[in-house]
Formats: sequence, C-alpha cells, structure tokens
Amino acid sequence: MIVEIGHFALVLAFALSLVLSIVPIVGARIGDQRLMAVAEPASFAILGLIALSFAALTVAYVQSDFSVANVWENSHSLKPMLYKITGVWGNHEGSMLLWILILAAFGGLVALFGSNLPATLRANVLAVQGMIAAAFLLFVLASSNPFARISPPPIEGRDLNPILQDIGLAIHPPLLYLGYVGFSICFSFAVAALIEGRIDAAWARWVRPWTLAAWAALTGGIAMGSYWAYYELGWGGWWFWDPVENASFLPWLSGTALLHSAIVMEKRSALKIWTVLLAILTFSLSLLGTFLVRSGVLTSVHAFATDPTRGVFILMILIVFIGGSLALFAFRASTLTSGGLFQPISREGGLVLNNLFLTTAAATVLIGTLWPLLVEAVTGEKVSVGAPFFNMTFGPLIVPLLLAVPFGPLLAWKRGDLYAASQRLFVAFALALLIGLVTLFMIDRISVVAAFGVAVAFWLVFGALTDLALKAGIGKASPSVMFRRFVGLPRSVFGTALAHAGLGLTTLGIVAVSTLEVERIAVMQPGDTLDVAGYELRFDGLVPFDGPNFTEEQGRFTYSDRSGRERGEVVSSKRFYPARQMPTTEAGITSHGFSQLYVALGDRAPDGGIVVRAWWKPQVLFIWIGCIFMMVGGGVSLLDRRLRVGAPAAKRSKPARAVEVAT
Amino acid sequence: MIVRLATAFLMLLSVTAGQAAMAPNEMLDDPALEARARALSAELRCMVCQNQSIDDSDAELARDLRVLVRERIVAGDSDEAVMDYVVSRYGEFVLLRPTFTARNALLWATPVLLLGIGGAVLVMSARRRRTAGAALSDAEARKLDAILKRSD
Repeated sequence: MIVEIGHFALVLAFALSLVLSIVPIVGARIGDQRLMAVAEPASFAILGLIALSFAALTVAYVQSDFSVANVWENSHSLKPMLYKITGVWGNHEGSMLLWILILAAFGGLVALFGSNLPATLRANVLAVQGMIAAAFLLFVLASSNPFARISPPPIEGRDLNPILQDIGLAIHPPLLYLGYVGFSICFSFAVAALIEGRIDAAWARWVRPWTLAAWAALTGGIAMGSYWAYYELGWGGWWFWDPVENASFLPWLSGTALLHSAIVMEKRSALKIWTVLLAILTFSLSLLGTFLVRSGVLTSVHAFATDPTRGVFILMILIVFIGGSLALFAFRASTLTSGGLFQPISREGGLVLNNLFLTTAAATVLIGTLWPLLVEAVTGEKVSVGAPFFNMTFGPLIVPLLLAVPFGPLLAWKRGDLYAASQRLFVAFALALLIGLVTLFMIDRISVVAAFGVAVAFWLVFGALTDLALKAGIGKASPSVMFRRFVGLPRSVFGTALAHAGLGLTTLGIVAVSTLEVERIAVMQPGDTLDVAGYELRFDGLVPFDGPNFTEEQGRFTYSDRSGRERGEVVSSKRFYPARQMPTTEAGITSHGFSQLYVALGDRAPDGGIVVRAWWKPQVLFIWIGCIFMMVGGGVSLLDRRLRVGAPAAKRSKPARAVEVAT
Repeated sequence: MIVRLATAFLMLLSVTAGQAAMAPNEMLDDPALEARARALSAELRCMVCQNQSIDDSDAELARDLRVLVRERIVAGDSDEAVMDYVVSRYGEFVLLRPTFTARNALLWATPVLLLGIGGAVLVMSARRRRTAGAALSDAEARKLDAILKRSD
C-alpha cells in the first residue's frame, strides 16, 4: 500500500511539473499575475509529493519488503540498518529518485526565498525547473520505476553490491547530486534571463549564492568519492581519471569558472553573455555526466546500469535541454548588452584568464573522456584514453593557473598594477621558494619537479595569507586596528582565501604522494616483518571474523618505528559476501600526522603465506583536507551578507563599525 | 552486445576483487629493469577491465601482460620495442596514452587549439576596446572639427 502511494505520488508530481513548466511561462508572457502565481504552490507541491515518494521507497527498504523488485535486487534482511537506508540510492532507480528529490528541493528553495525576485523572472526560473523535473520524472516512470512489484515475493533479497556497503554511500552520492543538481538553478536562471532578454547585476547577485552552494557540495562530493575509492578499492589510488570521475570533475571545472565569472558580472556588469553561456554549459555537463553514468555507455567501476533504452531516453533529455538552451542562447544572446570595460591587467582580466584555463582544461578532459566513444562510433576501432593522457595534458594546463592564483585577489578592478601586486607577494614568493629549495636538498630522491610542486603548493597558501594580511592593513596600522579590520573583513574575502589556500593544500598532498610514495610487496608468513619507509610492519597472523552479512579473514599487523618502539596495530582484511558470492578487500590504514600507512592483503601464496602490499603515503591527507578548505571557503562566502538570500536591502542598518575595505 | 555484457561481467569480477595486482614472484631481480617494467605497465591497459592499467589490475590477462612485458625487457628490448610488440599483439586499445597519429590529432590538439584561440580572442577584444576608446573615426573627427570651429 505504502509503495503504491509512493508510485502514485510520483505520477502526480509528473502531472504537476507539466503544469509548472507551461502555466507560469504563459503568465509571464501575457502579464497575468494569477498564472504566474501558480509557480510557487506548484513547486512546493512537487517537492512534497516527491519527498513522499522517496519516503515510501525508504520504508520499503527499511522493512525489507522484497515484493518490491528494487528492494529485492539491492537489499538483504541481515544488512545493517544504515546500509538499508543508503541502499535506497545505491542503485539506478533509487539514485534517479534522489536526483529528482534534490531537484525539487532546489525548486522549493527558490520558491521559498524568491519573494524579492522580479515576478516574471521568478515565474520563468521555476517553470524551467519544472521542465527539468518533468523530463526526469517521465524518465523514472517510463524506464526506471523503483516501485515495480514482483509476485510471488522472494524470501530473501540479493543484497547490495558489497563495495557500496560503506559509509561513503551515505555521503558521496547525496553531496554529488547536490552539486550536479544545484547547477540546475544557475541553468534555469540563465534560460529565464534569455527568455526575458534582460539581465543585470541583480541577476548575478541571485545566481552567485546558488553557484557557490552547488560548487561547495560538488567539491565535497568529489573529495568524498575520491577518499572512498582510496580506502575501499584497495590499491591506494585516489584519482583514476575514470570516465565516471571525469563526469563529476567536468561540471566542477566549469562551475569553478562560472563562480569566478559571476563575480565579474556582479561587480562590474561585464562578461554577461559569457556568464550565461557558462551557466548553461555547467548544467549541460552535469546532464552529460548523468547520461554517461546512468546509460552504461561507459561500463566502468561505477556503472550499475546497462540498459540501452535508458541511455536513449537520457540522450533525448540531453539533446532537448542542451540543444534547446544553446539555440535560445544563439537567438537571444545578442539582446544582452555587455557592460563595464577593463584593462587586460586587472581583477577582471585575472578572472578572464582563470576562465580561459579552466574551460580549456574542462574541454580537454571532456574530449579525452569521449574520445574512445567518438573513435569507435566513426571508425569502429577501439582506443583507450587513460591516466597517462590526462596527466600529460591537464598538468601543464593547470600549473600556469595555479601560479597565477595569488595575483588575482591583489589586482584592482578595471586597471590593476602587476608590478605592485608582485611586490606585495614578494614575501610569499620568497617563503615558497625557500621551502621548495629546502625540500630539494633535505629529502633525498626528490626530483626538481616535485620540489617545484611543493613550492607551488606553498605559494598558493602564502598567497592566500598575504591577501588576508594586506586587506587587514598589515604594516599600515597598529595591531589592534589590524585585528578589528581583520574581523570586519567581508566573509567573501575569507571564503576566497580559504578556497585558494585549500587548493594549495590539495596540491601539496598530490605532489607529495605522487612523488614520495613508498610501495612494498612481499609474501609474508606470521612473524615476518617488512620495512616500509622506516616503519617495521610485523605480520601477526590471520584471524577469522564473522560480520552481520559477511565473513572475513583479518590480517593483523603490528608496526614499530625506527627506534623499535611499537606504535600500534593495523587490521587489513579480505571479506566475503555470501549473498552476492563476492570478495572484497578492506585495507588497513593508520594515520601519522597527515601521512598514512596503507596495508592491503593479496592472494594466498602456495607456501601458506599471504601476499601483503604496504604503502607509505606521505602527506596524503592534505589532498582531502584541501578540498574541505575549499568547501568551507564556499560556505563562508555564502554567508557574506551581500549574498545572503532574501536580504538584498543591505543598507537597512549601517553597521556601527563601518570598515572600509579596499577590495 | 554479448561481447559487451561479457566484458562488463569480467570487469565486475576484476574490480570487486579489488586489490592491487603485482605479486612478488613476478618482480624482476634487477631494480632498474623492474622500475622500467612498472613504468611501462602503468601505460598499458588491462584489456578486460575498465580503465585500469595492468599494473593496477589482478585480472589473469593483466598478469600475462605484466609477465610478457618483463620477458621482453629481460630479452633486452628497449621501452619502445616492448610497447610496439605489445601493440602488435593486442592493438592500440591496449595503450592508455593514445598515439600521436593523424587520427588522434584532434584529441591532442584540443588543449593547444582552445588555449590559442581563446587567448587570441581575448587579446583581440582587449586591443579593440583600447582603440575604440582612444582613436576617433574619420566621421567623428570631422564632426569634432565642425563643433570646435563653431565654438570659435
């Protein structure tokens, strides 16, 4: 019964989203207030219905109702409760339902906070959201119904793919979808602006918080996915340039570009057309990512679904939305006037440079991801594009950008002074260079390239700190005045500094782990020891262990440092899930500062020993800590009162301690 | 279709086993040769996996390829000769880094082209803005002259 209610709610939501996609647009066209006013209640009702539908599916999972095909295929009565709930989106149908739920939630948020938007813009934005919702609801209802029943109901479920039975599944997909789908708001605003043929700085002020929120969530989602793959897949890689990873990285790259171009548009009314195009492209890349992952066109680590009818359906959605919005752009973009002029060396110029490199990087990743498909479609031959290609092309593209980052915030709007900015950055530059040189001479077997990478990482961190220090008035004011100015800095200044410093930390982690990692592989008998980067790893033996829905053999290790002092235990195990007849490895990981000792078990050797692979991963945690910095930076920036949703009248009360900040 | 399904299935097996592949008995005794073998392995695709190099995969075929690469290295082949040999046996699909050939020209040229075109457009628009701001067209100059004369 509950399941049928969920299904019915989904159908109702589809019908309502059709109404939402037509009525408000007509209202905005003919200027009918009543038709436009349909948008908000319809958005709320769609959100309510989809939430009900999602809740119904969750209940079916929690109760292990195996008469529902989706539950039977992806759940098991013995599965821990957390994984019963996360299993709701650990499959194709459920994850599409989550996608739509988040889409509806964003629509609801716009309806809730949109009271200060011009009425026609609000109606158009919500209508475009309605169109996206209608397309995907139809997709779910027609080809991916999560509520289909089976009769007679089986006694036991087939369990969730063991790789997905992890806390990562609770965090990674929802965050990722918040990012993917969050960009739909930017898309809807862009399309609405094109429909109206009017765009101004207020538009950018409206779009920026959504971009920031989506970008921060996507950053977190990608980082979480990366860490999950790192500890779960058992070979210690943190980024594989897998097509599915690229699919999430593409909207991140163009979303980062959008974030920066929207600043120019808000502050200086320039780059309007480009910003609108980026908003369309970013969500198009999100849709493309959804297509690549969901259609199974690239059978990859993440692909749960291989069903061509679904692929064709999503491809149609893709063509309609990307093609439609780009056609609209081609017809209407000329009606948007471009604003403020600026010199090449200026804050605007820096942000344009950022956009040039980020979009080129995105295009490179895009063509590398699609190249095997293109070649196969045209010539029938099969080629591969893997990590070596991406490292070779993406690296050189991103390094100049990283070098330029600290200059950006120090340049003035309209006409900047590169020489003055360089002078102010001298301390940061000298410190970074010093650290690079020290690394080069202190650590043996480090290459010049690696030392350069370390220097770049610190250049980013010190550059971000320099920006904060200068804006607080270092050297020009007394410490107490400086402190007050520092506290009074706009939140967005902190956001920028945090995100740029985070980029530096991530760079540091990547450089350190790719150049200084130590790997040891050996066949070990109980009592054997292995030297890993100065740590002595002793194998104590294999212990059997029974989990709720798996059995495992735990390899127990003790490790001690150079002085022979015991530092702790590592447990690395090989699991077996009987429901799916699948083995997995659970790597044993311990952290030391920001470095990690990573131990994975391999096959049994014929002589009774076991293959042990151990890695020393220096500073590896910085990769994800940097991402957290970026995410927090996005969040802090979102708190900037200038951007606070629903608070445009910033002049209502002038703050008592009005602090002038040179931005 | 059958092939694709079979590939997907094989890939599922190889991935879910989820562990790094190198076994100690495969390794060469000479560290220099072994390092070369590792570097080459990272460039070669495990044919039955998705986007995994033979260095990362524990599929049977990946193991065979690793052993093959090491055999060629021990036999005295240069890195290029080893890669040529593997490609001659398995086709270009095995290369994770596509070749610099005419067919892949667009792939390799994309970053350079985009950066070049984008940069050129930016420089041109900046120059146009500057000249538009500074110099007057002939018609404007005549108009200005006329105004200045009238005010004399």
